[in-house]
Amino acid sequence: MPLTAADVRHIARLARLAISEQDIQVYAGNLSKILDFVAQLDKADTSRVTPMAHPLEMVQRLRDDTVAESNQRDLYQENAPQVEAGLYLVPKVIE
Amino acid sequence: MHTKTLAELARDLRARKYSSEELTRACLARIERFNPDLNAFISVLREQALTDARAADVRISKGGAGPLTGLPIVHKDIFCTRGVKTSCGSKMLDNFVAPYDATIVERLKTAGTVLLGKTNMDEFAMGSSNETSFYGPVKNPWDPRRVPGGSSGGSAAAVAARLAPAATGTDTGGSIRQPAAFTNLTGLKPTYGRVSRYGMIAFASSLDQAGVITHTAADAALLMQAIAGFDARDSTSVDRPVPDYTAELERPLKGLRIGLPKEFFDKSLDARVGDAVHAALAVYRQHGATVHDISLPNFWLSVPTYYVVAPAECSSNLSRFDGVRFGHRCENPLDLMDLYTRSRGEGFGAEVKRRIMTGTYVLSAGYYDAYYLKAQQTRALIRQDFLEALRQVDVIMGPTAPTPAFGLGEKTGDPITMYLNDIYANGVNLAGLPGISIPMGFVDKLPVGLQIIGNYFDESRLLAAAHQYQLETDWHTRIPKGFE
Repeated sequence: MPLTAADVRHIARLARLAISEQDIQVYAGNLSKILDFVAQLDKADTSRVTPMAHPLEMVQRLRDDTVAESNQRDLYQENAPQVEAGLYLVPKVIE
Repeated sequence: MHTKTLAELARDLRARKYSSEELTRACLARIERFNPDLNAFISVLREQALTDARAADVRISKGGAGPLTGLPIVHKDIFCTRGVKTSCGSKMLDNFVAPYDATIVERLKTAGTVLLGKTNMDEFAMGSSNETSFYGPVKNPWDPRRVPGGSSGGSAAAVAARLAPAATGTDTGGSIRQPAAFTNLTGLKPTYGRVSRYGMIAFASSLDQAGVITHTAADAALLMQAIAGFDARDSTSVDRPVPDYTAELERPLKGLRIGLPKEFFDKSLDARVGDAVHAALAVYRQHGATVHDISLPNFWLSVPTYYVVAPAECSSNLSRFDGVRFGHRCENPLDLMDLYTRSRGEGFGAEVKRRIMTGTYVLSAGYYDAYYLKAQQTRALIRQDFLEALRQVDVIMGPTAPTPAFGLGEKTGDPITMYLNDIYANGVNLAGLPGISIPMGFVDKLPVGLQIIGNYFDESRLLAAAHQYQLETDWHTRIPKGFE
């Protein structure tokens, strides 16, 4: 099923990716090919197959609800593009 | 020193034939000489390596050394390394200095290894040729016009060119095994959950697994001993005893039942690679193993299933790169949405964007059942085939990749052609099984790899089967021209 330029713009917006207008057509071509390729899966009869959740059929391990890690905010914020008073800064969201 | 295996270097260090500092200097000198052409490294940690080597020498002289003390290694740049740039091959993380160590980095540090540097890789491990790296492609030491494979291409090139005796890697759909095959090395992808994923930058969490790239199975056993085992910080880590991998290498081949899946030998396989597999099987037969025809009837589903599951998980995992807390941020964002979309648009390369968008699409409203749920069902069929086969045989053997290393730029134009290069590798990750690639000969003077797939947690059997073959053959000792 070929994707249109409008489909790609929609997907890019959902994925929060800025894509230039000239690249939209290229991605439409590539993504259509990939979706055509994975459409082979339709030929497999899976009517009685339980979807696989984990290769070892493990369940999520739980831990005790106790503090295990120390607060290292300053260390972690050394990688942040913009911080002030221990807070991450972003453009104004509320007028 | 550079022609020795990790095990030989360990013996020499203990016998004080040379010091860890001398060995480390020799590696650094080779990196300085050969890396400008190969581009195998993103970071070289000269001063830190020499400091660590001197500390290792003190430990050795005091008699407190372990089996890995003083041995130089390199890490794929996907593993967080405290105080060191950890880029994952992406512009997005070009400015990221990891604030903590990945578990395998920590374990190998505790074991006394010396970290020489961080190796180049496909961006976020998405690629089979190392050509998607923000830092440029890596060249294959066997032929500089060809790719070293990917995504652990820098690790493979560094070990193949004898710049480092061993490397770590990660394998989500073949990223350890295929580069090992393309560069005449041994590459082990352990069982899902055997080695901790903590601190390894996530691509597809249900498939990702850390492992090693070495010259020999014996070297892989040495490293596995240090990195395998339970880690409370990885929620999918399996709490199960770790065998003595080195001791288990001595398991004989006699009585080993080898399964040969007929689906691995169809028209997509270069016939000369097929011939090399059969020649390797003859060696196994000579030493008492038996070969049995088996079938993996749902094998044809593995690549399409992989290209639904892996992009879906990637689109979710990579949502953390938002330009707010770490990583690339665009200049002068107009508003929050502009900050997100431009930071991500600028920070990610084309292949990563393709996979994020594929994943976003297959998980989006109205398409989830048709793609994602369907793929989790076909994934169950693929796994079931392997488990049924492994009830009849001990291991499955076949080619690691359909061809030897291809040319730089040869497959970048068409994503599907690139994806099909991992046709024999993807299924192993979907099933969560361990797999190893070992050198099995040459086609057109280029190395090709034999893949051995085993049951869950049966790494020691894979390593033993590989080691016994390496005792009888010398493919793994061949060194590319110009690097002797």
